[in-house]
Amino acid sequence: MIELDNVGYSYGGGELLREVTVRLAPGSFHFLTGPSGSGKTTLIRLCYGALQPSSGQVRVFDTDLRGLDRDQMALMRRRIGVVHQDCRFLDHLPVADNIALPLIVSGRDVAAEAGNLAELMKWVGLGARADALPPELSGGERQRAALARAVIMSPDVILADEPTGNVDWEMSQRLLRLLVELNRMGKTVLIASHDLGLIRAAKSQVQARVLRISDRRLQLAGADL
Amino acid sequence: MKRGAIRTVLLGDAQAGRLVPPSGQTAHLTLFVAGAMAFLAVFALALSLAAGRLADRWAEELARSATLRINAPAEQMAAQTEAALKILRQTPGVARARALGREEQAALLAPWFGAGLPLEDLPVPQLIEITAAEPAYDEAGLRLRLQAAVPGAVLDDHSRWRRPLVRAAHSLRRLGWISVLLIGGATAAMITLAANAALAANAQVIEVLRLVGARDGYIAGAFMRRFTLRALIGSAVGTGLGMIGVMLLPEASAEGGFLTGLGFQGAGWLLPLAIPPLGALVALAATWAAARRRLKELS
Repeated sequence: MIELDNVGYSYGGGELLREVTVRLAPGSFHFLTGPSGSGKTTLIRLCYGALQPSSGQVRVFDTDLRGLDRDQMALMRRRIGVVHQDCRFLDHLPVADNIALPLIVSGRDVAAEAGNLAELMKWVGLGARADALPPELSGGERQRAALARAVIMSPDVILADEPTGNVDWEMSQRLLRLLVELNRMGKTVLIASHDLGLIRAAKSQVQARVLRISDRRLQLAGADL
Repeated sequence: MKRGAIRTVLLGDAQAGRLVPPSGQTAHLTLFVAGAMAFLAVFALALSLAAGRLADRWAEELARSATLRINAPAEQMAAQTEAALKILRQTPGVARARALGREEQAALLAPWFGAGLPLEDLPVPQLIEITAAEPAYDEAGLRLRLQAAVPGAVLDDHSRWRRPLVRAAHSLRRLGWISVLLIGGATAAMITLAANAALAANAQVIEVLRLVGARDGYIAGAFMRRFTLRALIGSAVGTGLGMIGVMLLPEASAEGGFLTGLGFQGAGWLLPLAIPPLGALVALAATWAAARRRLKELS
């Protein structure tokens, strides 16, 4: 699905990542962990082409991202669901429209998918909040709305950057269950998180591998977590 | 520009338009600028067309005409006029020579002396209107012959004051067209500024759209549609008001001279109708360029 081959990333003279080689196989479930500022978000952004690697190669769906033009990049992003750390909504549109945004921008008939949309909103527990504006939502509701938006196009890969960043334990368990459920449906999942408790909780539900960024390199963490 | 983007703008994608939050002030300013510019363009256009007509008319009317003025004592006037006419008719290159009648001369003097002038009592010179043929007569030769036969004759071929007038009318027309171009450029510049402001204000929206897989054409289309429609509506209103203004100008008349000749004539009235579509086109291109530049900065 997504392959990073000897990828390095530097910005303004500082090197953040080096010699990162990893392959996310279809249907796999990965955690990405590491201290704050170690480059988790950067690595996620490299995976969907929001950043270009300084060295090495990123392949998504067997295509080198460097070879894609801007329109091809847009089409590729429709196949990857991304949950951003800060969610990123259009604050003037109600939650339902925000969740349907990928459908709207890809020219799909939103009315025809209204049933799916309602079902999805119920699945993430936002059925009653469809008409609320994003600033009116709580932290947990925002994260769930972001997850719903990430999966509405039925993507093959879901990248989640600290999806449980500012929600309580119970809510983070709920979000985790949703992601595990998606993985069981065959989606490839990568979750960046520094929450070791969450990772331990996940290991009882799904066969998850843990990648750790340490000293600018990516390592496969042992079973000791 | 890709065809898809043009189609998005022309056919309209209400969804895309909704994705960009409404922007009250920019919208009103764009409408106002487009309207004001269209209004000015109508007048610049009217000026150019009128100046062009004037230059053509003056050049045409004056090119071939000259006046012979005969100053002579009253008792010799008829004889000298007859002699002058005879010479003129024999001169190759003169198509027509005609002595002005009393009424005609009185009409020429009426603006200065009032009607009812007793022309018979005044030593008014006799005027002969000469129309040149193609090729025209030899001016120097004619002067010499007239000098010998008709001592009181003075030939005035108009070119002395004709050329600067025609030149002035041509410059006026040029200025009018330059104004039209400048107005178009200024409109493009102002819409670019407004579009840039809107794009900057909506940087977050653009980023989100890009992240969920919107193509550049789709994002640019949302903005282009907005600014194109505003420019179209604004310049349609401005053009309408400008045309009403031109219509209310006084009719062309002999008394008013050049100033009342301003305005459109015949098919010329169709020309200002091109201003709104052109304004919309300028807005479309300006917004497209601005959006392209802005989107290139995003990955």
